[in-house]
Amino acid sequence: MNILYQIFIDPFVQMGTAPDLLVQTLWEGLVAGVLYALIALGFVLIFKASGVFNFAQGIMVVFAALTLVGLYDRGVPAFVALGLTIAVMLGLAFVVERLMLRPLVNQPDIILFMATFGLTYILIGLGEMIFGGDPKVMITDALYLPRGAIDVKMLGGFVSLQKIDIAAAIIASIMVAGLAVFFQKTRIGRALRAVADSHKAALSVGISLEQIWVVVWFAAGIVALATGIMWGARSNVSFALEIIALKALPVLILGGFTSIPGAILGGVIIGIGEKLGEFYWGPLLGSGIESWLAYVIALIFLLFRPQGLFGERIIERI
Amino acid sequence: MLYREAGQYKTSYAADQAVFPILQDRVGLAAILLVAFVVIPLAGNSFLLQAVMIPFLVMGLATVGLNLLVGYTGLLSLGTGAFMGVGAFACYKLATLFPGVNILIWVIASGFVAAGVGVLFGLPSLRIKGFYLAVATLAAQFFLSWCFIRVPWLYNYNISASIEVPTRTFLGVPVTGPTATPVTRYLVVLTIVVVMTWLASNLVHGRIGRMWMAVRDMDIAAELIGIKLYRTKLLAFAVSSFYCGVAGAMLAFLWLGAAESESFNINQSFLVLFMVIIGGLGSLTGSFFGAIFIWGLPIVLRNAPGVFGLSITAATVEHITFMTVGVLIIFFLIVEPAGLARLWQIGKQKLRVWPFPY
Amino acid sequence: MRMRNLIFSASVACLVGAPVAASQAQAEDTIFVPLLTYRTGPFANSGIPIANGMHDYLDMLNERDGGIGGVKIAVEECETGYKNEKGVECYEALKNKKPVVVNPYSTGITLALIPKASVDHIPVLSMAYGLSASAQGQDFPWIFNPPATYWDGLSMIIKYIAEKEGGFDKLKGKTIGYVYFDGGYGLEPIPLLDQLAKDYGFEVKKYPVPPADMQNQSGLWLNVRRDRPAWMIMWGWGAMNPAAVQEAAKINYPMDHFIGIWWSGSEDDARPAAAGGKGYLSLNFNGVGASYPAMQDIIKYVIEKGKGQTLKHKVGENFYNRGVMNSAIVAEAIRNAQQLTGKKVVNADDVRRGFESLKISAARWKELGLDGFAGPIDVSCTDHNGHHAAYVQQWDGTKWVKTSDWITPMKDKVQPLLDAAAKDYVTKNQPWPKRTEACDKSS
Repeated sequence: MNILYQIFIDPFVQMGTAPDLLVQTLWEGLVAGVLYALIALGFVLIFKASGVFNFAQGIMVVFAALTLVGLYDRGVPAFVALGLTIAVMLGLAFVVERLMLRPLVNQPDIILFMATFGLTYILIGLGEMIFGGDPKVMITDALYLPRGAIDVKMLGGFVSLQKIDIAAAIIASIMVAGLAVFFQKTRIGRALRAVADSHKAALSVGISLEQIWVVVWFAAGIVALATGIMWGARSNVSFALEIIALKALPVLILGGFTSIPGAILGGVIIGIGEKLGEFYWGPLLGSGIESWLAYVIALIFLLFRPQGLFGERIIERI
Repeated sequence: MLYREAGQYKTSYAADQAVFPILQDRVGLAAILLVAFVVIPLAGNSFLLQAVMIPFLVMGLATVGLNLLVGYTGLLSLGTGAFMGVGAFACYKLATLFPGVNILIWVIASGFVAAGVGVLFGLPSLRIKGFYLAVATLAAQFFLSWCFIRVPWLYNYNISASIEVPTRTFLGVPVTGPTATPVTRYLVVLTIVVVMTWLASNLVHGRIGRMWMAVRDMDIAAELIGIKLYRTKLLAFAVSSFYCGVAGAMLAFLWLGAAESESFNINQSFLVLFMVIIGGLGSLTGSFFGAIFIWGLPIVLRNAPGVFGLSITAATVEHITFMTVGVLIIFFLIVEPAGLARLWQIGKQKLRVWPFPY
Repeated sequence: MRMRNLIFSASVACLVGAPVAASQAQAEDTIFVPLLTYRTGPFANSGIPIANGMHDYLDMLNERDGGIGGVKIAVEECETGYKNEKGVECYEALKNKKPVVVNPYSTGITLALIPKASVDHIPVLSMAYGLSASAQGQDFPWIFNPPATYWDGLSMIIKYIAEKEGGFDKLKGKTIGYVYFDGGYGLEPIPLLDQLAKDYGFEVKKYPVPPADMQNQSGLWLNVRRDRPAWMIMWGWGAMNPAAVQEAAKINYPMDHFIGIWWSGSEDDARPAAAGGKGYLSLNFNGVGASYPAMQDIIKYVIEKGKGQTLKHKVGENFYNRGVMNSAIVAEAIRNAQQLTGKKVVNADDVRRGFESLKISAARWKELGLDGFAGPIDVSCTDHNGHHAAYVQQWDGTKWVKTSDWITPMKDKVQPLLDAAAKDYVTKNQPWPKRTEACDKSS
């Protein structure tokens, strides 16, 4: 009886008696969700255009952030460092396309997935060798990103909104909007959508697959850089970040592997669900359930709707 | 020239259907077993046995297990580490609850516990496929990792949340615990791995293996010809988890002598998956090739500067190791996407017609 | 084309398959001290300064004094990444080079090595970490963990809290939060914590941080905000520390009520929180700063000659000094071994005796060039720890400032628990080798 009360009644009682904490939890979930969604966005971009599930997205986030901070530490002014990092991500996209994607064209998905594992290892070793293993502090001030928090008094308590989180949400929305415009309105965006639909048809129309892949990996690199800046501003830039990229998988499950709005929505749902679950039901189970709650949510979702919220319905043909 | 089948006639169907039809293959296998059982224990030093051979065999068995699931049945699973952990903790509980029983029995029995857990977490595979199934198994991985720390009963309420392996003997010789010599442990591990690989070989060459491969290739067609999908898939999960569980129990008891939740985390799962894919999906010899490659390469790279007399800091060696492993993974995938096993097969094929090119 | 690929791949595969047993030619008259370090991975931020400190001090002894007692020390680092398997692999690889001591710098690796060390006869120095019960020299003749165990440290923290609250009776009814690394290291002190909670009537709220989620602690600290414990104790390591301090600052938790164990006291842990981290407390048992003559010697003989591992301004930071202290203890033990046996090139058995008779008084610290650096250390045959005092330091925004006197641990509470834990360990790990090593008169 006590257990049932604790599971079904008590959390809602808590939500009612401390509504400011509820709003705070929802806000934390939203922020975490936006950041997961940013990582998932990188996955979706690459998956849409080349069918490759890029496991290296997580390490690209860390690598981009490390490059930025590393250049700044060596004396390069902040925005020049930003520009140089973008150039590095472009270079990385070229190298990946030339040395990894082109030789493996037409291979089954799992082989390409493995190749991105190899890429992950290379980037880990390279990043640690060039920049060192000790964690770095993100150059929040130099990039004119806000610091501190706004404490909004409401509902009997206060809700603390970190300014950097608000900035992250705004930047993420701008990026998603920008990507949406890019895909819908520009020629290259249309080419990307064509390639996502069918490689062969795109080739027959004259779209250069190699160029498209470079563009898409570059876009994913930019997204990774933005994600790295946001994540790094909240906590340090270190290689522990790349494990968080695994959290993007439940987001992709929910949102569908090929949908950009799906990634955002999926991210928000996972983020909020995770935080609410951990906060209100976590202590019952001994807490720390954040590590697996997102995957269980995704699993339950999968059992009822395998293609996700916005994904294409899977049609199997013999 | 060396590898010709000329003169080797088969006079019965059974002989024709043998797994190793060519005499040279059988001789080669006997030679490998001889080296493994006799030469290496006599000639190898403690480092070779403890840090190279035992881990290779343990990871090789886990790779065989995962290959049965991913390579033969086509069900992508990222929960290998967790299933190995289940085996290790089950073995620990059984060994401490019933200290009188021979430890080897518990090592095998823990495989059955892992098989049960595997079936439970394999249930989603009846509805989900491909990458989505990988996420379902990730749920298993993280949930079980959490359980290994959060359920103190599993590690007998040890303060350190890790299992410390008690000393157990077999035929009067200690096989687990700090007094067990590397040679003893190596021989025990080798025997278990050889027997279980032989069982796996029989499985995949028989009816069950063909059912699995049918499900992998086209599961709708398999269902149409009468293969019960749910039974086949769950059997695949069960057998695969059995192998991973035994591998996990051997990891804790015969290799490290201690284990905790972090020994069975997501990185372990990825490691075994690498071994499967590099070695070759759907190939038992490939599993062992993959294991020796992924396990042995970092060791070679770490010790190579010392052998050549170069002095590079340990951290730099680590970084170079990471990069080299990454480059070699991509290189092997480009050269031969079907894995090292396929390279081996091509090699044998070339040997058959050598010195002619084809 | 395929043939070429085939041959190349085959040769690579053969190279990999060839068994490699590495053995470096070693000069006969050196003492081998391996360092199990981690400069990569999520714990590198804590591991790198300690590794630097350990390495530089030994290098300094080689450069300045020509080694210990005239015998040079051969230092070799082995990268473990804070992973148990790698630690065991490093141990096995280095075993053949006859190390005189092993410093795993990871509670997980230490636990894996404790049974092996007793069989292989290699002393393990787990300075203020590892298995608290290994302070019992009778049961663990080869394991040493001066100057204090985790249980001592926890009792000191509770003493400090009680003092700040106005007495032990004021603890009754209060809530103390315990945020910890969800692994052996963080779980170790919990039995004592529960015991003290029962004795003094305070409630303990536990907040575990899974290793995979070390940088994702916002949900956990939201719980802290809800529960509003009067004091927070942290048992963190690696990337967990700075993330925790930042999150605590975010929820406006009073930093002067947030106290971490000595492994959560690096400058890099408090710095990222900027102004928000001011007031954060941490236990410590070594001094900070580079003004000590030995530190100056390190700068002169090692760093400025380009042989050092670290940048000059990093010398004197807390964890660097912690590494220096570790090496200083190792050097003293080697010196003791040389005195006890009369040999110059001592082996592992000798150094074990050297550890058991380790006595570093305040005067001795001064002789070593580390006046006032650490408290006196007294290891004996039955007590491999000494249960010495530590002090509380506070972060003022730029550096650590000593903010309390030296606090002694609650021996009466800790000792019975240690005895029980040692017995428990021995019974669980039967057959446990009975101690056969004799006690020296000086220990």
